[in-house]
Amino acid sequence: MSFEFTRERRERLESLLKIYPTRRAALLPALHLVQEQLGYVSPEGQEHVARILGLPVIDVHEVLTFYTLYRTRPMGRRHIRLCTSISCWIRGCRGVQKYLEEKLEVASGGTTADGEYSWEAVQQCMGACELAPMMQVGDDYHGPLDRAEVDRILDGEKSQERNGRLEIAPPDRIPDGETSREEA
Amino acid sequence: MGRLRLISRDFGNPQARKLEYYRAHGGYQAALKALDEMAPKRITEEVIKSNLRGLGGAGFPVGRKWSFVPSDTGKPIYLVVNADEGEPGTFKDRYIMEWDPHRLLEGMIICARAVGIHTAYIYIRGEYVHPERILREAIEEAYREGILGSRVLGRDFALDVHMHVGAGAYICGEETGLLESLEGKKGWPRLKPPFPAVVGAFGCPTVINNVESLTYLPHIVTHGGEWFANLGSERNGGLRLFSLSGDVKRPGVYELPMGTPLRELIYDCGGGIAGDKKLKAVIPGGSSAAVLTADEIDVPLDFDHLARIGSMLGSAGIVVMAEDVCMVEAMRVISHFYAHESCGQCTPCREGTGWVARTMDAILAGRAPRRSVEDLLQIADNMSGTSICALCDGAAMPLRSFLLKFRNEFDQRLERRLSSTDRERRLERRVSRADWEGRLERRVSRADQERRLPSRATPPPPPTAPKPQDGSDPIR
Ligand SMILES: Cc1cc2nc3c(=O)[nH]c(=O)nc-3n(C[C@H](O)[C@H](O)[C@H](O)COP(=O)(O)O)c2cc1C
Ligand code: SF4
Ligand code: FES
Repeated sequence: MSFEFTRERRERLESLLKIYPTRRAALLPALHLVQEQLGYVSPEGQEHVARILGLPVIDVHEVLTFYTLYRTRPMGRRHIRLCTSISCWIRGCRGVQKYLEEKLEVASGGTTADGEYSWEAVQQCMGACELAPMMQVGDDYHGPLDRAEVDRILDGEKSQERNGRLEIAPPDRIPDGETSREEA
Repeated sequence: MGRLRLISRDFGNPQARKLEYYRAHGGYQAALKALDEMAPKRITEEVIKSNLRGLGGAGFPVGRKWSFVPSDTGKPIYLVVNADEGEPGTFKDRYIMEWDPHRLLEGMIICARAVGIHTAYIYIRGEYVHPERILREAIEEAYREGILGSRVLGRDFALDVHMHVGAGAYICGEETGLLESLEGKKGWPRLKPPFPAVVGAFGCPTVINNVESLTYLPHIVTHGGEWFANLGSERNGGLRLFSLSGDVKRPGVYELPMGTPLRELIYDCGGGIAGDKKLKAVIPGGSSAAVLTADEIDVPLDFDHLARIGSMLGSAGIVVMAEDVCMVEAMRVISHFYAHESCGQCTPCREGTGWVARTMDAILAGRAPRRSVEDLLQIADNMSGTSICALCDGAAMPLRSFLLKFRNEFDQRLERRLSSTDRERRLERRVSRADWEGRLERRVSRADQERRLPSRATPPPPPTAPKPQDGSDPIR
């Protein structure tokens, strides 16, 4: 399957080339663009990027495989990344992991039969430990998770509040010293 | 009056992201002061006076770092903002970018003015899709209003700001790994010296600072270095953001003066231990820091005090563990993170982190020899100070502290498991080879069965308990 950027993405890449003093520096964003278009980075996509940036394909492949966010094969329509790092582990990510396996009927790294979801357990902390245990579905962060919450998120019945978590993180996450002392 | 907050005041207020709001509340006045009233050298002097430390983890004084940048090379100087935030337990930079993006941009202008920089890159981790969008919007707004670009705030000073999105690698938070990644390569840290201040991005002098370090600059310029220094403790200026997570009732980001006792953060801000359990241990500075026991939490939170008790403040990611957390298992989780994230350049790090992770697996599976703790301590020693970057030391430091401070838990595991494996071994010696192969086969097929996942026909999971209010966890 041959690959070519859509006109719009090609233009975005061209403007990216202007912000760096070397062409090569646009490699990471270029691979992000391929993944945005295809859902993963195909061998043809790598060749296409290599041609535009004037790099050997093997260089592109080397960089691609160093990073964990690039996918080298097609995945589910929505990709789930469950954090299993230290804070999420303390707050019980193992239970969520088991439940995801049960619910999606596929082990970490796999895609559901209907191609809707793929998921993986990741070792890296995703920088949202206050939501632990948490996961990323597509672009969005969700947490704290329990079975009901996972059901709500994956079965589409996303509660406005949860989905918009990032938008409305309550200011009282940072309470005044005085107030918290009174409460305690 | 509540606690003093400098940069977290507007966290949670969606209005504050907007340029209009930021300007109405004094925004970009400090940048104007830096451009109009202060010579570049004076800005650096104020920052040195402020005792502002690098808040990405290393704690190197920010102003001093700037003063190493040579200005006579004829090459451009770059500013690279480290927004890779990957240290497990840390999420403060995300809050800044999500809630107060313009303050970061203003800090960047001040740094650029002080060092003579006209191009800046913000390297943000790929997972932070929403913060990236918010930051991009803020940058666009700033360009539209003439705050960035060829004439910053209408003055004779140019600054371009670009975003560069990472792709999932902890090691790209290390400053030279980050530079390699910015240049379109895999994130292999560079041998130092030369330091980035002299040879950084694209072979040019480069200032690399953490998001939070830069975000404090507007306050320092407005109120002066001395004012900021006096807010903190000795040689640790001002306030900083603490990411509090784990077994606490109210996890979140808290802004506190340097030198605040850890106890106050956990009990006053965090509301105490989830489920009113007893405290067992605290990681005080991201998972690369040595763990503290419950007896050590009166330590003042600043770089020097934590170093004095053999740990570090690092990124100020505070992870709290209650009495029922198994420290052996916790160490296993941490060890696998480093084994996975080691970039593989240096033998002590590549082999050491993998070896530690496998040994932790073996201990928990009851396959480990009795001397495992001694082995691990020796590996930790061999991993310290022998590699290109600090990831390796960051893996050895928690390991050593877990082993020494919670040795009894490791010993218990080894004892308990060993007694059963000893028995097994004696049995094994008696079985004939044929039996052995038969057993192997059975074991393999059992493993196959276990791997198969339950089908839809299995009954639905039991109804879940209500959401944890006080943090007691229904599915652990
Ligand atoms: C393995 C490793 C990971 C690091 N990750 C980060 C990070 O995610 N964010 C960060 O700001 N600094 C990180 N650092 C520290 C940087 O190398 C560097 O010290 C920092 O960006 C300098 O900025 P500062 O002086 O403002 O803190 C890391 C260091 C190491 C060794
Ligand atoms: S210490 Fe580890 S992570 Fe750092 S450069 Fe060496 S191998 Fe890579
Ligand atoms: S440990 Fe899961 S988000 Fe940090």
